[in-house]
Amino acid sequence: MKPYEYARPKELDEALALLSDTWGETEILAGGTDLITCMKQHVTEPSRLVSLRDIEALRGITVDDESVSIGAMTTLAELAAHAEVRALYPALVTAVEGIGAAQMVNTGTVGGDCCQRPRCWYFRTENGLLAQANGESLVPDGDNRYHAIFGNEAAAHFVSPSSLGPALIALGAEMFITGPGGATRTVPAGEFFKRPETEDERETVLAPNEILVAIRVLKLGLKNATYEVRHRAGLDWPYATASVAFAYDGEKVSAARVVLGHVAPTPWPVSDAASKLEGSTLTEKSAAACGEAAIAGATPLSRNGYKLQLARTAVKRALLAAVGSTKEA
Amino acid sequence: MAKPQWPSAEKRRLIGKRIDRLDGPIKSTGVAKYAYDQHFDGLLYAKIFYSPYPSATINAVNMEAAKALPGVETVWVDESLIGKEVRYVGQVVAAVAAVSEEIANEALRLITLDATPQEAQIDDTDPSKAEEKKSEREEGDFEATMAAAEVKSTGRYSIPVITHCCLESHGQTAKMEGDHLYIWPSTQAVSLYANGLDEAVGVPQANIHVDCQVMGGGFGSKFSHDKWGVIGSLLAKETGKPVKLMLERDQELMVAGNRPSAHGEVTVGVNKSGKLQAMEATLWGTGGSGGYRPPPVPYVFTKIPATRLTGMRIKTNRGGQRAWRGPGHPQGCFLTMAAVEDAAAAIGMDALEFFKTNLELTERAELYAKQLDIAADLIGYKTKAHLRGDKTDGPLKRGIGIGIHTWGGLGHPSNCDISVHPDGSVVLKMGTQDLGVGTRTVVGIVAAETFGLPLEAIDVNIGSNAYPSSNASGGSTTVGGISAATRLASTDALNKLIDVVAPRLDVDVDDLEAVDGKLQSISDPTKSIPWKDACKLLGAKSVLGRGENIRGESQEMGLIDQGVGGVQMADVTVDIETGVVTLNEMAAVQDCGLIIDLKTAESQVYGGLIMGITYALYEECIYDNRSGRMLNADMEFYRLAGLKDVGQLKVHMMTGPGFDERGVIGLGEPPVISPGAAISNAVANACGVRVPELPLTPDKVVAALQAGGIV
Repeated sequence: MKPYEYARPKELDEALALLSDTWGETEILAGGTDLITCMKQHVTEPSRLVSLRDIEALRGITVDDESVSIGAMTTLAELAAHAEVRALYPALVTAVEGIGAAQMVNTGTVGGDCCQRPRCWYFRTENGLLAQANGESLVPDGDNRYHAIFGNEAAAHFVSPSSLGPALIALGAEMFITGPGGATRTVPAGEFFKRPETEDERETVLAPNEILVAIRVLKLGLKNATYEVRHRAGLDWPYATASVAFAYDGEKVSAARVVLGHVAPTPWPVSDAASKLEGSTLTEKSAAACGEAAIAGATPLSRNGYKLQLARTAVKRALLAAVGSTKEA
Repeated sequence: MAKPQWPSAEKRRLIGKRIDRLDGPIKSTGVAKYAYDQHFDGLLYAKIFYSPYPSATINAVNMEAAKALPGVETVWVDESLIGKEVRYVGQVVAAVAAVSEEIANEALRLITLDATPQEAQIDDTDPSKAEEKKSEREEGDFEATMAAAEVKSTGRYSIPVITHCCLESHGQTAKMEGDHLYIWPSTQAVSLYANGLDEAVGVPQANIHVDCQVMGGGFGSKFSHDKWGVIGSLLAKETGKPVKLMLERDQELMVAGNRPSAHGEVTVGVNKSGKLQAMEATLWGTGGSGGYRPPPVPYVFTKIPATRLTGMRIKTNRGGQRAWRGPGHPQGCFLTMAAVEDAAAAIGMDALEFFKTNLELTERAELYAKQLDIAADLIGYKTKAHLRGDKTDGPLKRGIGIGIHTWGGLGHPSNCDISVHPDGSVVLKMGTQDLGVGTRTVVGIVAAETFGLPLEAIDVNIGSNAYPSSNASGGSTTVGGISAATRLASTDALNKLIDVVAPRLDVDVDDLEAVDGKLQSISDPTKSIPWKDACKLLGAKSVLGRGENIRGESQEMGLIDQGVGGVQMADVTVDIETGVVTLNEMAAVQDCGLIIDLKTAESQVYGGLIMGITYALYEECIYDNRSGRMLNADMEFYRLAGLKDVGQLKVHMMTGPGFDERGVIGLGEPPVISPGAAISNAVANACGVRVPELPLTPDKVVAALQAGGIV
């Protein structure tokens, strides 16, 4: 790890002023559960770390009549323990609980979860975000058991590691971003994550000198849930996940969103599958049909075709969990 | 006179009881000092530079930039590699020593290698890549017997390379003082550690002082001082400063040893009555750059009338294998038990009944029969068992599986000195090591039992090569070796004390025993003298007792023995829609002769189960077939079971008549052998198809379920 400068400003504008407009020159430190590892692995070698720890404005959860706003520096544990969040957004709570390690959720932050880097083992061993050697990706002919099953026609084959991303997209959350000079913009969660095309890009719409400051989730009264296919009970990555949110009167589904996780370089909304649910009653059969529709268009690689089965199951189980059916595991 | 034979059951006060380990408090509070915890003023941190090539000729190693980095004290290069080949990614090439760990790591990145890469063989699953030389063995009238078998069941089975993954990585802290080398390694062989190190470093063996009081696991990978022991010592010698060199986690996983793989096709010939007739196995696998011996198949059912075994080695450009807890046995057990259980399924027979039907084909039919019954009771076999394939509704399928194993475990050569001092203190010295299993506690118990004293009264000194030599801890040989040596030494010391005390009490030497903190007459217990008073009679000089465990003699005396059996059963749930296997329960029934400390013995079995569950469900070395790099050389994707993953573990130790009188037998390997077999069989029993490979991860389970038309 090369020597670096450590800044711990108390105000957001100070933090923004300390950020470079070039990726990798400076890095934003939130909980540190990923960034420090990245630095040890030479994934990034910043000359300055800007810690957001002391910026009070970025912490905490506020609730009004219409929405719940979550400061980016709110810890994952705080999020999952919040009474209103628990009552309204089980999709988020399950996603946090799925991380499986108290240390991680106590230290890791909501913003950090959305901005953490992929776990691709080619990326993490200095082959770059797109895992290329001589202009060719190492992934398709390599060991890709944990890689993407969607979007493989593009350059990136890693999977988004975000636990909260799929649930935030399903819930229609908005991401509040502040940039140089205090300029603010709001991006729907579904547009926050993106697939990098080159090594100069990263996995979100954030510019190097922008900070994700808060996330707002509307109170739309949606049924929602997350289901993660996980093997170990402790700290581990899921193989595939699904987050769903929809309006339901007991007879008809409407405004459904279905988003897969850990199957593509971004959380992966499957709107065709979601639209299949519109107007239908949620049963095991309709949930399974939605799961089946969710994997249409998948482009699995040589070793990860099994994830199709996992993804379709995750969708089915998330839908059933959202309406409180405990019939499935 | 005290006799060295173990006391009879009614006389044992400590032996066989559940006793807390002596070093529990210092380990749980962090007081214990491991190799990494040895810290000295002026300490240098050494780091290893390894080959990034799976196969290459090294033309030159350029250390100039690394050497020039401020804070780097010195560098080391393996000159013998220049012009020669490196054979795997991770092979040690060079090292640096710097004033901080960060600087040392940075210096590594400045080292450049001029090398000519060559073609490498990484994959170990394709038998066409095997060496031409095969090992072949045939017993019985194979062709005719197999042909005559009423049913033939053929399956493909595969168990991958895994590593030891010691939580404490390999390495040591070393320091020169004058012409003496002081070294604190993490080792399984304190007394033997300096062998060869002396020549490599140029320090006479007598001047090499090895100290390993506690260590964080070896499992067969820490017998040697290794190259890093030489490098650390040389750097310490050159700089005159203490040098710490511990492997990084990726190096630990790549170079510090692994368990060979075994893949193959096994055909079992069986009659409809369930009697095994014949077995044919064609097996291949890799020990990396190290040697390879096909695992013992058939395992346990060694008396199957006719067998044919073909073994092939695939030499790969990967780190070399080392003894992994029960070398060959977990593989042989998995391949055999899975294949015979598939045969039972093929004839529609209950697995337990099938195993029982064939026990006469084992070396210990009577013992296994008892153990199967006990394990079946522990896990509730009668209420849970079903033929292959859980037919209940829903995606969660439950199943039970069985594994049977065996091991030797004869106590190793070991020496012990025990001195009894006029103030009543008892000092025990033995150059053995406690790998975390309770060795220190066991020798203390044996000595305390012999002297009739409480455990705390014994000053137990181990972990130094200044003490009488004791063999390496491997192959479940330690507990027998150290227990016998301690018993012999303490009996010897006690008898020397008795020689002095008996005349004073006016009793015959044969009429004195040490019990309850005193020496007393066996025939007239009113004649006694408290321990301290007895020792005072020694006057100015202490007595020294010596014990040497000589295998044949100790066996003759009933102090030690070898040959144990164990049965394990696993109860799992398979989610057939996700391929996720969950361990509900495991039951382990094990004999190991006379148990010295029941608590640490049970702990050993719990540990074996957990390690076994881990390789059954999670562990495998994943390599990139082009770069030769281990892709999961970390503890993120090299998965180990956590507490929530292991389910409920039930351990039953066979003790009492029939077991105790055999003497002490080792227990390190046996409990880790069966879990792969038992869990794989349980999964097959649950979901209706054999998942042919370990570990039982969702990708492999789903693939088998899809191939079987189940999902």
